[in-house]
Amino acid sequence: MIEAFAMQARPALNTLRAIYLRELAAYFLTPLAYVFIAIFLIAVGAFTFEIGRFFDTNQADLSPFFLFHPWLWLVFLPAIAMRLWADEARGGTLELLLSLPAPTWSLVVGKFLAAWTVAGAALAMTAPMWMSVNWLGSPDNAAIALGYLMSFLMAGGFLAIACAMSAAAGNQVVAFVLSVAVGFLFTAAGLPIVGSALGPGLADVLASFSLLAHFEAAQRGVLELRSLVFYLGFIALWLSLNAIWVSGRKGG
Amino acid sequence: MDALKVADLSKSFGQRQVVRDVSLSVSAGETVAFLGPNGAGKSTTLRMIAGFLEPDAGEAWIAGASILSERTQAQTSLGYLAEGAPLYLDLSVRSFLAFLARTHGLSRAEAKEAIARVADEAVIADVLTYPIETLSKGYRRRVALAGAIVHDPPVLILDEPTDGLDPNQKVAMRALIKRMSATKAILISTHQLDEVEAMCSRVVLIDRGEIKADTTPKELAGRTASGRLEDAFHLLTRGERAA
Repeated sequence: MIEAFAMQARPALNTLRAIYLRELAAYFLTPLAYVFIAIFLIAVGAFTFEIGRFFDTNQADLSPFFLFHPWLWLVFLPAIAMRLWADEARGGTLELLLSLPAPTWSLVVGKFLAAWTVAGAALAMTAPMWMSVNWLGSPDNAAIALGYLMSFLMAGGFLAIACAMSAAAGNQVVAFVLSVAVGFLFTAAGLPIVGSALGPGLADVLASFSLLAHFEAAQRGVLELRSLVFYLGFIALWLSLNAIWVSGRKGG
Repeated sequence: MDALKVADLSKSFGQRQVVRDVSLSVSAGETVAFLGPNGAGKSTTLRMIAGFLEPDAGEAWIAGASILSERTQAQTSLGYLAEGAPLYLDLSVRSFLAFLARTHGLSRAEAKEAIARVADEAVIADVLTYPIETLSKGYRRRVALAGAIVHDPPVLILDEPTDGLDPNQKVAMRALIKRMSATKAILISTHQLDEVEAMCSRVVLIDRGEIKADTTPKELAGRTASGRLEDAFHLLTRGERAA
């Protein structure tokens, strides 16, 4: 039975790996990934030090750094994911991809993982910030590590939305706008101002679907299983929609 | 057994039915022309066979595997050159072929061997390191064809493989297809009659989504007083020059 499963899974994994490597090459053999990473690092630095008043807090932690991650991911990640499916539709290569011997999900996951790798690389390059707070004092490194993990998972959520929108829209600009709009809804749902406008009951329900609310729990240094499940489920949901919208193109 | 079998494929876009009950078959060693005027439903039919479009009705089998219920298995046996020969222009020819080889599960060593083979067959060895975006249309077609055969499939579907090529490039492409025809089942979509006569042992004529003839080029030409394929084409498609 395991052998039969392996036989079935092999073509999917071959394609997933090939797509992942092809997309990664497309990011790193062009200026796209470098420009994204450079501007993300400049923005995260500016927000942390200028708006977050990092030095004024007199605390050896990265709260001012993580504070702006949801908003930066919200704007930056659609920029790297908007091309993933829209480009295939525009260039006619979607036909090439969908005639490959592999299930649609392997194409979807391969592309998503490549974009997530770029986001992870950008996040990894903020490591000097972590080193700096260790040099300045004695931070709670477990809490910082948790912040990085949850930021990475949150990035996956924003990327999954953007991948799905790229497949649905078939046009890069439209995909970008839709991704930011949908991402904003799933971020703003966790804002206190939204909660106070709706009342405590509805606010709690909305916050449980917010990428921001689950990230804020992590910023308090608390690893909540429900947040992990939420992010992974959120990614799976949007990637499923992505696969459905790509497959929908087969209907003509 | 037919390497490629199509039964009663139909497809509509909105209210417009573009393919109606199309059936055909191609055996190994046979090159069949899928002939018809522009807009006849050729590309839509080929897209359904290749698994890119889902038919409203009907079924297709590639090397015995259903494109609907055993899609992955069916596509493993298929080499498909889509209309317009879509390519990743940012990749080099070698990287593009290696990408396709990997998707078909070839190991690094197998891929290297396969790329050398198809580069030789498609006469693109001298441009392997070039970015595809720098190549001429003729080279791009050959690269796309090389991509379609990199996994040595038993069934080939070529959608207008010589469209837009100059006369020399057409001759080279036809020679390549002819070389492959001995062992493979090849279905070529075209509206060029000289191509049918030069390469194909059988012709399936489609017009307005329906099959109008499935016979040899000679028999088809013989249906007119002039004995010319061109006149038979006019007779069966639009009828402007009915003999």
